[in-house]
Amino acid sequence: MAEHLKQAQIWLERLRTAAAKLDKPAVFMEVCGTHTMSAFRCGLHSLTPDNVKLLSGPGCPVCVTAQSDIDQMIALTQERDAIICTYGDMLRVPGKHGSLEKARSQGANVQVIYSTLDAVKLAAKTPDRQVVLAAVGFETTAPATAAAVKQAKALGLTNFSAMTSHKLVIPAMLGLLAGASGGASGGGGAKIDGFLCPGHVSVIIGSDAYQPILDQYNMPCVISGFEDWQMTRGLARLTEQIGKEKACLVNDYPQVVTPAGNTHAWALLTEVFETATVRWRGMGEIPDSGLILQDAYADYCAMRKFNLTPMPDRELGQCLCGQVITGNVTPAECELFGTACTPINPIGPCMVSAEGTCQAWFKYKRPPGTTPGTTPGTTPLTHDKVEVSA
Amino acid sequence: MCLAVPARLDQCSPADQTAIADLHGNRVEISTALIADAAVGDWVLIHAGFAIARLTEQETAEVWSVLKDVINHG
Ligand code: SF4
Repeated sequence: MAEHLKQAQIWLERLRTAAAKLDKPAVFMEVCGTHTMSAFRCGLHSLTPDNVKLLSGPGCPVCVTAQSDIDQMIALTQERDAIICTYGDMLRVPGKHGSLEKARSQGANVQVIYSTLDAVKLAAKTPDRQVVLAAVGFETTAPATAAAVKQAKALGLTNFSAMTSHKLVIPAMLGLLAGASGGASGGGGAKIDGFLCPGHVSVIIGSDAYQPILDQYNMPCVISGFEDWQMTRGLARLTEQIGKEKACLVNDYPQVVTPAGNTHAWALLTEVFETATVRWRGMGEIPDSGLILQDAYADYCAMRKFNLTPMPDRELGQCLCGQVITGNVTPAECELFGTACTPINPIGPCMVSAEGTCQAWFKYKRPPGTTPGTTPGTTPLTHDKVEVSA
Repeated sequence: MCLAVPARLDQCSPADQTAIADLHGNRVEISTALIADAAVGDWVLIHAGFAIARLTEQETAEVWSVLKDVINHG
């Protein structure tokens, strides 16, 4: 513990020294839900000098998923003989007609799984029912879906399919930078000076994967662990790079992140999936930023199996999640934050997910006078009562 | 969802790429499909039921000391 505090002090001091030399404020972005929660939990934002800001970017898997994909997953519950298997954090995400949790309370068979292979086991056990794995996530989660699809094929299961919205973090980071500098894709992300890169996604993709961000934008990148002193160290290393001619990539999580990443997992992922242009919440379509099943696994695509057509994308009423995850607004700038929208009655995915920025703000940075679900003079709303534009 | 935790492999079934892992005192079945040549005694990082990286015991202690705070407060 003493060592941990010593490290925290050393790096905070280095951060302050580097910050004192800045001509203008520096803005950095993390792109990992666990970083978001860690930063708030340890009070990192209040410890950093006033001229160094850490924004939360598109790092929460549920939050970056386009509303059309969420609506599509919830609509699956109307397939009466289907069992929908999903990770717990998808359960309460609001869609056009309620959430998966609501559908379950109305009789749909929705199962929360810990591992994608649980869905395959269930399909093997219930040959008379269709089992659909509904999964979102980045490179940490996508190989698990690939493994499940491959296993289902090896077992010859005809009652297993997947509806996925898996995304790749590097194209999103590039898309954000392109958007911020007026490029064609990626929406208008906030202007930033460097990335605090995700620890566990990097286990799979490896540190070399960040090179295009340096090559194309000369943008400092630091791969960081999750503890307070590690994140402080990451911010110090980013701040120290400001004003330097050439940006550097620093791997500060070498215990688990290698230059090439997990090549075994990556090989499995590319055997089952191929990259495609996909839609993101708040950022529109980004080329080659998502994963779809290869033709050899087309029989395991739920969209095909149930003959579904893609749903149109839409905005979630007054919810500003799309702008929150691109660093353009803070949750407090959303009129619904802490009043109509709380973790008990979440309106957008950023408040539903334990890794969402709005939930982090609600837990750790809520303005005084707002309590879950009740604010004097307002009626707590459920998401069903909030108007959504089609 | 992006959180991963360290554990030690207690039993391995190479044929079906599964293992029993000791996850801080809990024995859980996990998949070893995403790492090469999993063996009993290996320390691994587990994410959503899959081992995603191999660790040394020292690295495990470091990663665990970092994560226990996150998990307790997440
Ligand atoms: S506070 Fe709620 S409604 Fe507002 S942006 Fe966040 S999730 Fe959306």
